Amino acid sequence: MKAERVVRGCFALSLAASVGLSLVYLAGGSRAWEGVLLAAALGGIAVGFILWATRLIDAPDNVEERREQKPGEGLGLISEVLEQSVTGVSRRKVLAGLASGAAASLGAALAIPSLSLGPQPGRSLFRTLWVPGIPAVDSEGGRVRPEDVPLSGIITVFPQGSEGAGDSQAVLLRVAPDLLSLPEARASWAPQGCLAYSKICTHAGCPVGLYRAQARELLCPCHQSTFDVLTGAAPVFGPAVRPLPQLPLAVDEDGYLVAQGDFSGPVGPSFWNVTQ
Amino acid sequence: MIRYVESRLGLDSWGRRALRKVFPDHWSFLIGEIALFCFIILVATGTFLTLFYRPDAAVVTYEGPYEPLRGQEVSAAFDSVMRLSFEVRAGLVMRQIHHWAALVFVASTVVHMCRVFFTGAFRRPRELNWIVGFTMLMLALGLGFTGYSLPDDLLSGTGLRIGYSALISIPFAGPYIASLAFGGEFPTENVISRLFVLHVMLLPGLTIALLGAHLAILWRQKHTQYRGPGRSESNVVGKGLWPYQALLSLGVMALTAAVLALMGGLVQINPIWLYGPFDATTVSAPSQPDWYMGWLDGATRLFPPWEPTVFGVTIPSMFLPAVLLPGLFFTVVALWPFIERRLTNDAAEHHLLDSPRDEPGRTALGVAGLLFFTVLTLAGGNDLIALTLDIQVESMTRFFRLAMFVVPPVGGALAYRICRQLRDSREHPLGRGSGVVLRRTEQGGFEEVPRS
Ligand code: FES
Repeated sequence: MKAERVVRGCFALSLAASVGLSLVYLAGGSRAWEGVLLAAALGGIAVGFILWATRLIDAPDNVEERREQKPGEGLGLISEVLEQSVTGVSRRKVLAGLASGAAASLGAALAIPSLSLGPQPGRSLFRTLWVPGIPAVDSEGGRVRPEDVPLSGIITVFPQGSEGAGDSQAVLLRVAPDLLSLPEARASWAPQGCLAYSKICTHAGCPVGLYRAQARELLCPCHQSTFDVLTGAAPVFGPAVRPLPQLPLAVDEDGYLVAQGDFSGPVGPSFWNVTQ
Repeated sequence: MIRYVESRLGLDSWGRRALRKVFPDHWSFLIGEIALFCFIILVATGTFLTLFYRPDAAVVTYEGPYEPLRGQEVSAAFDSVMRLSFEVRAGLVMRQIHHWAALVFVASTVVHMCRVFFTGAFRRPRELNWIVGFTMLMLALGLGFTGYSLPDDLLSGTGLRIGYSALISIPFAGPYIASLAFGGEFPTENVISRLFVLHVMLLPGLTIALLGAHLAILWRQKHTQYRGPGRSESNVVGKGLWPYQALLSLGVMALTAAVLALMGGLVQINPIWLYGPFDATTVSAPSQPDWYMGWLDGATRLFPPWEPTVFGVTIPSMFLPAVLLPGLFFTVVALWPFIERRLTNDAAEHHLLDSPRDEPGRTALGVAGLLFFTVLTLAGGNDLIALTLDIQVESMTRFFRLAMFVVPPVGGALAYRICRQLRDSREHPLGRGSGVVLRRTEQGGFEEVPRS
């Protein structure tokens, strides 16, 4: 019989592939050969079994009757047993109520420790580590002078001592001061045209890492929100709504950039009581 | 051996009935089995991975054989996945099979649900099993998301970050939920170990329990079947479990594993060494999530910049597309058996399956839903599409915004018409009709009417 010979061949092939697989492993392994030989070993078994089932077996159709489930039927026997729990109880409702009350409050009491999973958010969403006078440093901890800031690129800066801090990261860039049209109150925030904005996108929190120096726009790669750096990082395209909060900068006696204080608003994605 | 067990458990007559259990023979009943087999493969390969993975955010210096990253500071988790990929023999192939199996697991679950939906297999008495199956889909998505995040590479960090901002966007409770889930403000140290517990213990444990329930209910309620000679609402016609169905299923299991092994060996997936370790200050562009998450990414991209403040409560722009939209979509899916029952007033038991054309309304709705999903998924890659076609991202976004509202209803209406036509013509769209139509000619002879 032909089909039977094919099935035998499949199993034999699988066997050989398995031996090969072990040899490849012992010889040091190779991702591609391991995959191919494993596939051959399994594939041989697969084709073997499928042909066995479909070609070799002459299985007749069986017929099985269903037992129809009518609504409401078949609960008499169970409720008869269940009823035993309330024989000899005079005020069932009270008893059942108290028992479920006890169970529910136990459940609640046991769920409360899940509060240890994290701190109360409190004011932390409104604050970062920037404080008045703290130097802005790059990821290596080096202080930055306005002249060090390139006109065509960005530097990521942190408050000194917290290099790498997720919520305090800011992009630092420089433009010619006469191009700026910042809001009135921020006139003194950009010494020598140096601007610092929160690097966390106000949409979904991705780092806003791309700078189109020609257009003077910061671009978030996640969903393409685009921010105009000259006007205080107001969004000009994409799903972000709030501008990137700005970090007020100043230059200290030694000529290095420091923060005048915290960002102009809460950084990162919006939440229900975010301040605009 | 059989006798040994039999003399202790007394299973002879039960066993005989079980081995004879009837399984209607149709390819579409095998899709759910493929999902099951993927899960088995996931548990097997996942166990192997767990032996080498370290759920640890501590910073270490990478000193492995992969040159470009040597000397970089990475998390211990990332380091362990690198070691697994480059130094553990057969580690990389296992990891890739695991990832491919995860993608196929979700895919086959979705296709299986589509089969159940379009054939009306969810109707009474199987609503319960629909809910169980739906819950397993949710668990599968959770498993996918947590697993995707474990290697602690740049790409997975982006996924987590967006997950965090979706959580925090929930009105009132958001900041609290996000802080509890992540143990503080993103990025935090604890998140890796939490994801690990979810991924290797809680979620798979629940899945296994529900899988047991799913199969037990199926066994108890017996299979549905398509219409055909000798088949009625009160019987099941098909092959017995042994030997036909058992051998066939074993074959399909081996086939599933074989295909996954081939993909795992030959098709690279999630090469974390190219993405690099997670770093809170960078993001890889363009970043693409696993396929089943892409539609949410797409919805987020298409949503207009709109963040209204109602009575002092800001509705963050992430909330509607990333929380409310999937929430509503999934609620409708979960409750569909009950919704349809309301709409059709059909509370009867059904064991014979519909052909999709029999219920044009349901089919149209399903097609519209799938198209909605597809448009959003494509929108999730709008920057890639724009790059390939050399179009502005902005115009792609505008195009997809329109498509999202136009394509699903048009596709649904089209599906409705096709169903009606097929139903009226009684023709199978794939199988050719075997008969020909004869016409009496004027001379009294017969001629064939050409098929249109
Ligand atoms: S996170 Fe920046 S655009 Fe979405």
